[in-house]
Amino acid sequence: MTGVRVPRPVLDLRGVTKVFGAGDTAVHALGGVDLVVDRGDYVAVMGASGSGKSTLMNIVGCLDVPTRGRYLLDGVDTRRLDEGRQALVRNRKIGFVFQSFNLIPRTSAQSNVELPLAYAGVKLAQRRERAAAALARVGLADRGHHLPSELSGGQQQRVAIARAIVTEPVLLLADEPTGALDSRSTSEVLDLFDDVSAGGRTILVITHEEEVAERAHRVIRFRDGHIVSDERRAPRGAHAVVTEGAA
Amino acid sequence: MNVRESARFAVRGVTANPLRTALTTLGILIGVAAVIVLVAVGNGSSAAVRESLSRLGSNTLTVQASQGGTGGRAGGFGGFGGFGGGPGGVSSGTQTRTAELTLDDAEALTDATLAPHVLRVAPRVSASSVTATYDGATHTVSTFLGTSPSYLAINDDSVQKGEALTAEDWTGRRRVALVGSTVAEDLVGGDGLDVVGKTVQFNGIAFTVVGVLTDKGSTGPQDEDDRVLAPLTAVQDTLTGYGSLSAISVQAKDADSVETAQAEIEDVLNSRHHVTSQDADYSIQNPTSLLTAVTSTSQTFTVLLASVAAISLLVGGIGVMNIMLVTVTERTREIGIRKAIGARRGDIVGQFLLEAVLLSLFGGLMGVLVGLVGSRFEIVGVQPVVSASSVALAFGVAVGTGLFFGLYPANRAASLRPIEALRYE
Repeated sequence: MTGVRVPRPVLDLRGVTKVFGAGDTAVHALGGVDLVVDRGDYVAVMGASGSGKSTLMNIVGCLDVPTRGRYLLDGVDTRRLDEGRQALVRNRKIGFVFQSFNLIPRTSAQSNVELPLAYAGVKLAQRRERAAAALARVGLADRGHHLPSELSGGQQQRVAIARAIVTEPVLLLADEPTGALDSRSTSEVLDLFDDVSAGGRTILVITHEEEVAERAHRVIRFRDGHIVSDERRAPRGAHAVVTEGAA
Repeated sequence: MNVRESARFAVRGVTANPLRTALTTLGILIGVAAVIVLVAVGNGSSAAVRESLSRLGSNTLTVQASQGGTGGRAGGFGGFGGFGGGPGGVSSGTQTRTAELTLDDAEALTDATLAPHVLRVAPRVSASSVTATYDGATHTVSTFLGTSPSYLAINDDSVQKGEALTAEDWTGRRRVALVGSTVAEDLVGGDGLDVVGKTVQFNGIAFTVVGVLTDKGSTGPQDEDDRVLAPLTAVQDTLTGYGSLSAISVQAKDADSVETAQAEIEDVLNSRHHVTSQDADYSIQNPTSLLTAVTSTSQTFTVLLASVAAISLLVGGIGVMNIMLVTVTERTREIGIRKAIGARRGDIVGQFLLEAVLLSLFGGLMGVLVGLVGSRFEIVGVQPVVSASSVALAFGVAVGTGLFFGLYPANRAASLRPIEALRYE
C-alpha cells in the first residue's frame, strides 16, 4: 500500500466540522479543525467542557463522523467507511481508555483484555498469551482472574490500558483517563503512558488537568470548537527512538 | 469472532442473573410441558375410545329407535365422554321415544331372503337401576341387559365358568343370568366364580346365575365387567315390561358386507315402519362411521388442548423477549464498550440472540423432561400417550420462539450508537 518511505501521519484532520442539530438551533461543536499528529507523538488536548474536545475525541475514535471536512486515520479516509468497517478500524487501529474505565462487569481482567483480540478473530491460545503479556506490561500479571469489582480504580484503569494496547493499535486514545483517580493512581497511569509512548505508540489524551498535560510532548488547547494554541513541549518521540514501521 | 465466542458471552450473560434466568425459562418450560402433556392426554383418550370401539367388532351394526325424521346416526356416541362402546351403549331413554323397535322388527331382520348378509340378530332391552342381592351382599349393576343367546356371539363374549345362554332359556322364559366378574366378586367375594348356580335377587326377582362372563377389562371410566345378561323374554316378564326394544344388535356376514347388510336392514325396517331413508324413525350405527366420528371428535379435542398449550408457549416467548429487552437496556453501556473496542453489528446480534435462544433452549429441554415425566401419570382417568412429533414440535417451537422473540432485542442492542451507549448510566 505505501511503497513511499515518507511516514504518513497517524491523524490527519482537514477542516473537520461537526454540527449538531440544524437551522437556528444548530450547534457548531467543531468549526473547521486542522490537525496533524505524527507517529510516536504524545499529544494532550485541553479545553473546558463544551470546547469541542469530546466531539473531537469521538471523531478521532471513529465513533462519530464529521459533518464536513476530511479525517484520515493512518491513511484511511474514515468518511468512506460503513458501520462494519468503522468497527474494524476501531478494533485494529485504536485503543480506547475512558474516564470511567469501562471494563465489562462480571468479567475477569484477563477476559476483558482478551476481548478486542476476540473481536479481531485471534485464536484462543494466542489471545491468552497476548492478554497475559499486556497485563504484565501494566504490572497486573497476577490479577488476571480478578473481576473489575475486585480491583481498585487505578488497577481497573491499568486493565483498561492493557486492553487498549493489546491489539498494538497505531493510536492510544484516552478520554480523561485520570479523571476518576486519586493522585497516586494518577501518577501510576501517567507513568504507564510515558512507558507506552516510549515504546513508540502514538497517544492522544483528552484532559483538563495540567498534571496530565505536563507529561505530553505537545499540548493543544481548544475553545469553542477551534484550536487556540498548539504548543510543543518536547520533541516527538522524546522518550525513545521512534521506529517508523511500514504500514 | 466465531460462534463459540458469542456463545461464551451469551452463557456468561445468562448465568449472571440466575433467578431471572430461572423465571424466564420457567415460562418456556410450562409452555413446552403443557403442549406435550395435553397432546398426550388427547392422544390417550382417543386411543382409549378407539380401543373400546374396536371391541364392538368391525362387522356389527346397532339399530336404535330415534325420533321420526331426524335420522341421527351417532346418537349416544357423539360426545367425547361417550366411552360406552360396549353393551351399555344404549340408554333406557328409548322408552320415551315415539318410534319403537319391536321383537318383530328383530325377527324380520333374520329373514335370509330379505337380508341375506345378516348373520346374527340380537334384540336388546336394558333395565335401569337394577340392584343385585345375594346373601346380604348388594351390588348396583351398571348394565342389565335382556337379550338373545346370539348376542354373546355378536358381542364377542364368552363364559369363563358355567353355561352360556341357550335357545331353551329364551323360549322357556327362564330366569337365568350371566354376570360379569365385577358383579360376581361383589356378591360372593373372592374371584366371584362361586356365584355360578346361586340364586341372586335382581330388584327382588330371583334369577339363577348360570355362568360368569369372561373379563372385558375397563376402558376409561367404564367398567365393562359390571354387567348382567339374561334372556330378553325373562327380563320383559319381570323388569322392563313388554315395551319397545332398546336396540337391535346385528352382525353382518363379514367385515366386507357391513355396508350391504346396513342397506338390507334399512330396506326391511323402512317397509315395516312405512318410512323412507330421509325420515327414518331409527338409526343404524356403523362401527366404521362411528370410529370416524369419534376420531374426528377426539382430534378436535386434541387440537383444542394443543392450542391452549401453544398459547402458554407464546406467553413464555413473550417473557423471553421482555427479559431480553430489559437485559439490553441494562447492558447498554457494556454494548457501547464492546462496540468501541471493535465489536461489529453481527457480533452484538449474535451474542444477544444466542442469549435468548439459550434461555428458550434450556426451558425447552426442561419442558420436554417435565412433559415426559408428567405423561407417565394417569390424568383424569386417561393414560397419556406421548407422541414423538408433539415433543419435537414443542421443542422446536420453543427454540424458534427464542429466536423470533430474541431478534428484536438483539437488533435493538446492535443498533445502539456507541457514543450514546457509552454515556448511558
